[in-house]
Amino acid sequence: MKITLFIPCFIDQYFPGAGIGMVRILEKLGHTVEYPESQTCCGQPAFNSGYWDEARSVAETMLDAFRDAEVVVGVSGSCGAMLKVFYPELFHGKPREAEAKALAAKTHEFSSFLVNVLGVGDIGASFPAKATFHDGCHGLRELGIKREPRELLKHVRGLDLVEMREAETCCGFGGTFSVKFPEISTAMGEVKCASIIETGAELVISNDSSCLMQIQGLFDRQGQKIKSMHLAEVLAHF
Amino acid sequence: MPNDSREKILRRIREALSVKAPARHLVHTENRGHPGETGSTIVPATGWLPPVPDSPIGLLALFEKNSLDLKTDVRRCTDAAAVVSELAALALENRWQSVGSHHFALGNEAVSALGLPVVFTDQPYETAALERCDAGVSGCECLVAQTGGILVTSASAGGRVLSVLPPHHVVIASACQMVGDLSDAFDVLRKTHESPPSFASFITGPSRTGDIERILVLGAHGPKKLTVLLVQA
Amino acid sequence: MSTESVQFHHDADRLTHDLRHRALIQKALGGYYLKRDEQKAKYTDWQQARASAAAAKYEAVNHLDEYLVEFADKLAARGTKVFWAADGAEAVEYIASVARGADVKRIIKSKTMTGEEIHLPQALEKAGLEVVESDLGEFIVQLRDEPPYHIVFPSMHLTRGEIDDTFQKKLGSAHANTPEELTMIARGVMRQKYCAADMGICGANFAVAETGQISITENEGNARLSTSLPRVLVSIVGIEKVVPKLDDLAVLLPMLATAGAGQNMTCYNTLLGGPRQPGETDGPTEFHVVLLDNRRTSLLADPEQRDALHCIRCGACLNVCPIFKNIGGHSYGTTYQGPIGSVITPHLRGLQSWKHLSFSSSLCGACHEACPVKIDLHHHLLQNRRNAIAEKPVWWEKPIFAGFAWFMRHPALYRLAAPMLRLGAPVLHAIRGKSFDPVRMWTGTRDLPPAPPRSFKEYWRDRNAKR
Repeated sequence: MKITLFIPCFIDQYFPGAGIGMVRILEKLGHTVEYPESQTCCGQPAFNSGYWDEARSVAETMLDAFRDAEVVVGVSGSCGAMLKVFYPELFHGKPREAEAKALAAKTHEFSSFLVNVLGVGDIGASFPAKATFHDGCHGLRELGIKREPRELLKHVRGLDLVEMREAETCCGFGGTFSVKFPEISTAMGEVKCASIIETGAELVISNDSSCLMQIQGLFDRQGQKIKSMHLAEVLAHF
Repeated sequence: MPNDSREKILRRIREALSVKAPARHLVHTENRGHPGETGSTIVPATGWLPPVPDSPIGLLALFEKNSLDLKTDVRRCTDAAAVVSELAALALENRWQSVGSHHFALGNEAVSALGLPVVFTDQPYETAALERCDAGVSGCECLVAQTGGILVTSASAGGRVLSVLPPHHVVIASACQMVGDLSDAFDVLRKTHESPPSFASFITGPSRTGDIERILVLGAHGPKKLTVLLVQA
Repeated sequence: MSTESVQFHHDADRLTHDLRHRALIQKALGGYYLKRDEQKAKYTDWQQARASAAAAKYEAVNHLDEYLVEFADKLAARGTKVFWAADGAEAVEYIASVARGADVKRIIKSKTMTGEEIHLPQALEKAGLEVVESDLGEFIVQLRDEPPYHIVFPSMHLTRGEIDDTFQKKLGSAHANTPEELTMIARGVMRQKYCAADMGICGANFAVAETGQISITENEGNARLSTSLPRVLVSIVGIEKVVPKLDDLAVLLPMLATAGAGQNMTCYNTLLGGPRQPGETDGPTEFHVVLLDNRRTSLLADPEQRDALHCIRCGACLNVCPIFKNIGGHSYGTTYQGPIGSVITPHLRGLQSWKHLSFSSSLCGACHEACPVKIDLHHHLLQNRRNAIAEKPVWWEKPIFAGFAWFMRHPALYRLAAPMLRLGAPVLHAIRGKSFDPVRMWTGTRDLPPAPPRSFKEYWRDRNAKR
């Protein structure tokens, strides 16, 4: 299958490992990947801040970038939800509504694509560590992804996955919320971090790097040794 | 106090409703990976609630199980004589000095056999006198298995207050008054009352509160104890 | 920033640092989660039940005029006086006039958030009437002169020690150690109040059009006593409370109990269809129902957010909201706290003054998931943000987002971001959290990740170059 990669801007800038991991996995599974270099940002920061005109103008760049793609696979639950759920709302009643809906229909979040579309469970990865999984809210509630990452991690050799009490509780990132209301965002993050520490895990895995930026940022500041990794990075250890 | 707000509000509503709202509960979730949520509501809505068995024995068992969770004391009575002795036993256990009650077929004999002063609330009565009673003994419209509830109305339970003011409420009911769910209970109301009753209440366990540290305390304002004497059909 | 917004930032920031508060709320809600999940598991299908409940409210709200008229006419036919109030002032004035007309001195009140919304107790006290809250939680916060902390659990922010102090000071009661002893103190006080009251005031959880009855849900029995013993009864009912059929309650009452408190059914669910009827021996001789608009019709006029009127005030969205759990109910400064409050307050009290509540959310969606009538709460927060900005952009944000959009529309320019980040990241790390750190809103409490050696785009170019 020819798969078009959707690499959100902060994955590109800060966490390229997640994108590279996805490339390696898809190629290992025998698929062709392509990456339209004209893609930048999905427009979510402006969208979430109420600046929908600005968000739409950015989103149009993405509509252009993915116009010819057959299947778009994104490495972030949050940005995936932007394309899948929010683009149709953003373009509702606008000239490019049909294109936005078409892009939404052909876009998949990475773990859901592997499990539900490709029917893959075992990538052949091995990663010896005690880990816990954090459900990013957009992936979990906008896209309904909960089982898929666990299905994939279940097959990783040496990985001991323990569930945390607050797995479904928001980490407090929330995009611009994290800098508009840093105190609230931090308090939420502290609750999340405490729940991770409670499991005794040395590693926290998620399908959303933005959440991990918040969690790792707090751990680093607190001097905690717990590390974070994107699901694709873990699965690419084969 | 005459005012024109009725017309004003209705006009505002009609203007507002001139634009249709999306029916999100049916369609909006399609895109969100919850295929179970896109179903129609053609099935009777109560069908999605906790299941209710068909058989009278099953209903009774469910009512008793729910009552246990709710801390309602259910005592089975084989016949009218058993009701008399159970009520007498309750009076003794709890050292009742006086009771409130009303005239109803299932209870008349047992209440008078207590030999205690009785405040009858189906005739003019003093609230203060009822407040001093140790128990209120009443009938009911029906019992609801699904919730462990007891439906009372003014007509079936001696007014609005008898079932809530004394610290111990005793309901005397027949097992044939058991129904499945709230919908069935509403059917009972429709059958027994020409027009909707002025007062009806589903009583589901003794009065309770969790307002202090979310810790359960029974007997917040209403009865601390609730007993159902269930006469076998 | 509006004064409301400044106050919000101040109060919310203070509470987020209060670890005692955080632990108290977490503990209180921990028990709720367990009971709620246990009850939900008993449903044949909770999701379908939600859809059914939403459908009932959708039908009601989208034909509100018909059902309201049916409700009012049926109620009036049984001797209840129905008053339509366009706003809080009309409602308060009417209720005060009823009290004057019936020579009322003492009022016993059961819980009504609609009454809180229009500051009814305060207005009646000003008119010289004694108003006593009978719900235990409401009674406690009334004694402390505080607003309710939570629409369902008004005193959940207080410990037994604090409540004991309040009772000793305000009631002169003896020291009490347990929730049970404290509850019994309140019970004793309240018993006298019920019997002495001339007027009862209550709210309504539902108003049934088919039968002309109001439905009141409670656990304590205080609403039953408040609505039965005084000779005059007034119920204040928001117009959105109407449901078409009695059978709708067969679904809504259990769901309210499960979502609101993890119960199978709330202890008392009472239907009131009129004052004392001929042949009845108790109950109020006068019954007034006040139907309140108070800008609910403005919300109704927004089809996108009309489903916010489906709300049955169960509080489930507050209980799961990570914002609520960290900033507490009082920080909101609103009658309705939590996600539902953040959605509707801008409609009820002004978008520009209250938009900050819609921005103060990570949009995690736990509220929507918890809502028994499927209100699209977190998306409504997004819509409020959009509407607020469309009406009045923030002067310094507008150019930032215009610049952001322009930058992101130029992939060639965007490619420069990676080398710039590699240059900037060490500098930002060195000055992190300092007063002149431009990103200290982040770095005040959190580290930034280090810049990677190459971006994904650079990786892709290198990879293609190798091939």
